[in-house]
Amino acid sequence: MASLKTLARNEEEQPRFRSGHSMCAGCGMGAAARTVLNSIPGPVVVVGTSGCFEVTATRFPFTAWGVPWIHVAFENAAALASGLEASYLALKHRGRIPDEPVTFVVFAGDGGTYDIGLQSLSGALERGHHFLYVCLDNEAYMNTGVQRSGATPFAANTQTSPVGSRGRGKQEQRKDITGIVVAHRVPYVGQCSTSHLHDLSSKVERAVAVDGPSFLNVLTSCPTGWGHTTGDSVRVARLAVETRFWPLYEVVEGHWRLTHEPAHPAPLQEWLELQKRFSHLHGSRNVDLVKEFQRQIDEEWQELKRRTAADAAWFAERAGVTA
Amino acid sequence: MSKAVPVPPATKWLEPQVLTGAQASAHAMRQAGVEVFPVYPITPQTPIIETFSGFVADGKTDAVLLQVESEHSAMSAAVASALGGARTMTATASQGLAFMVEVIHQAAGMRAPIVMVVGNRALAAPISIHCDYSDSMLARDSGVVQIYSEDAQEAYNLTVMAPRIAEHPDVLLPVMVCMDGFTITHSAEVVSLLPDADVADFVGPYELANAMLTAGQATTRGVFTMPDHFFTLHNRMTAATETAATVYDEVARDFERRFGSYLGPVEAYRMEDAERAIVMMGAASGTVKEVIDEMRDAGERVGLVVVRLFRPFPRAALIQAIGQTPHVAVLDRASSPGTYPPLFVDAFATLLGAGDIRCYLYGIGGYDLKPQTVRSVYEELKGPRHEYIRYLGPSEED
Amino acid sequence: MANETVKRPVFRPGGVVLPTDAPSPRTGSWRSVEKPAADIALCVNCLLCWAHCPDSAVVQSEGVFKGFDFDYCKGCGVCAEVCPTDALRMVPEEMDLMPGGFLPGTGGAHVE
Repeated sequence: MASLKTLARNEEEQPRFRSGHSMCAGCGMGAAARTVLNSIPGPVVVVGTSGCFEVTATRFPFTAWGVPWIHVAFENAAALASGLEASYLALKHRGRIPDEPVTFVVFAGDGGTYDIGLQSLSGALERGHHFLYVCLDNEAYMNTGVQRSGATPFAANTQTSPVGSRGRGKQEQRKDITGIVVAHRVPYVGQCSTSHLHDLSSKVERAVAVDGPSFLNVLTSCPTGWGHTTGDSVRVARLAVETRFWPLYEVVEGHWRLTHEPAHPAPLQEWLELQKRFSHLHGSRNVDLVKEFQRQIDEEWQELKRRTAADAAWFAERAGVTA
Repeated sequence: MSKAVPVPPATKWLEPQVLTGAQASAHAMRQAGVEVFPVYPITPQTPIIETFSGFVADGKTDAVLLQVESEHSAMSAAVASALGGARTMTATASQGLAFMVEVIHQAAGMRAPIVMVVGNRALAAPISIHCDYSDSMLARDSGVVQIYSEDAQEAYNLTVMAPRIAEHPDVLLPVMVCMDGFTITHSAEVVSLLPDADVADFVGPYELANAMLTAGQATTRGVFTMPDHFFTLHNRMTAATETAATVYDEVARDFERRFGSYLGPVEAYRMEDAERAIVMMGAASGTVKEVIDEMRDAGERVGLVVVRLFRPFPRAALIQAIGQTPHVAVLDRASSPGTYPPLFVDAFATLLGAGDIRCYLYGIGGYDLKPQTVRSVYEELKGPRHEYIRYLGPSEED
Repeated sequence: MANETVKRPVFRPGGVVLPTDAPSPRTGSWRSVEKPAADIALCVNCLLCWAHCPDSAVVQSEGVFKGFDFDYCKGCGVCAEVCPTDALRMVPEEMDLMPGGFLPGTGGAHVE
């Protein structure tokens, strides 16, 4: 597992993502993306989706990218990665590029992954392309002004699931994108958070080492959309993990393992209180929604525990390989 | 008979064989050195990708075949692959083309040289599997180059020519080679192919400046622009579409020099002293040519201008082909509900509305253009001009 | 946001951009209220501030914390929040700091 010093040295040698972008102060995506990029050995080529991460980093004629980068549309990052990989194979086969590994990395938002991008993601996973797909999940369509996506948590207030005299926020449970990805039988899947960068970096290393597609879902906090202070950006993500709303785990060849188990799970309210998108749940308001939210979290956690317990033996046998 | 049929030096061409337009264009794509081919099936394009898949299975090409999960992904993968540094082609029709329209515009804006073969088929609804040009018309404002074939031989020749047009450094745009669904894609005709080596030599290697995987430095593609920069970049793209007319000419003349067959931006058929002319695109012009030959035998001075290069619109060539012909009927195979159809609009504007230029719609949804209907058009051109659009289709009572 | 004035941009086909085409906009101009400051005596070079900065505005060299790049720091305060030793805190923007963002009287940047 690379130390931060190693990542820092990597970034010093080759700053793959640089300052000057216009992401909001405190945006969780910056650190997540830098950590991913600094954790990958060898050349990297990046694909993006339309969204905050794309617009803020590439406003002509400025680019924050120190590695090749392409973006075309909202829903097709995985298809672009597929085409790039095919191009790479064709060029290698014909000797037009040297026979050395190149890692293709997709940075997509939750909209471009859970919703509009799901088709192209599914196709690329099914075909088994060798690429790393990183979802930078800030839990709504943020770039267009905070509209709900399939990734938006239950009860969250967004512009299209607003709280009003009748509306009480999003009424649907968050889509289980990781389960969907795992169902494609890909070699490596991980759920990560911008609050736990060592965990993220280790997962990146394991992800890029597999022969086939890998997927990381990284919770990235959003001061603008979640309604927390910029300085709380990491704290909010950390609490999302500690409340067990956003467990950190990985799925290796279909086998589940927790990579972090909160010693003392934080009360859900501690996390909700930091965010204006949940102000209708603060204090003792809308208790039924809070209870339902907690019920969902508990149910998902129990299911996760069941799976990780069932797969513990598999990991034990492989001990030493996945350190 | 189209001009695509080889004339000396015919010795370069292989023995004629019976091929459908789909098969012929698949051969052209193989020979033209396609390196990455994203495919998604849709009638009537399927025989193109099936034929090509057969080539892959039999080791006749080492192109990477990408069986994507939708046309939108096919075009997306094609953009990334072409800009990555590999010669890339794809094929589609109708609903598939409609689904990829967003990416076609992006491909043009990002200047990705992709050859797209289209088996023209009507857009739903209602659903049709038969030919009209409503599908490719969706892309007519995107900046891509569009060429329409008359038969299987033309489809082959034009597909061979297409990569040179697309990849020219002053063009760098997708080139769409269109052929009538079923009429060309599925009809078996006598087609001559060129030898592999001659096509490879004609097309040459793929060399895109600053390609993502070969540039040796970081390149950023697909940027966000504010109005001033968008305007400039867009103007440069449209300038490239205009330049494609000159490049088309150069490539067509080079094809003629080497292989003896010239497919110009328009084809003037028996127009020298024509009093009445039809202007149209695509396979049905074959029917019109036969009717012209019969009518000419009976002393009627009728002619035809086939528009082959539709985008960029061949203004000068059309003006020259029409010459002083006093009565012109433009036959469109795609409608623009609420107004005049696209070929008429372009032709009328090009000819500055001078003279008697009439608007017809035929073949919508695959409705056949019969010889007697063609005759009736030429007959009508002797009489007063109709208002607006005349529909060559079934009557309501049929 | 105050951008660098750029010369007329280079227009390549499709708007392809190279990293050297234009200077990065100095997003340090976003700050108005507060900025980070470091007490070097408390710093243990864990580099968490470096890792968590969204703007790559924490400067390190060979694993040693060197201060902040105020040309790009947006003043978000994440570095101060993640610092495990309270070496970093947010101070008013107008406060005078030693070069690199070190609190006066605390010794300045790490000496090699």
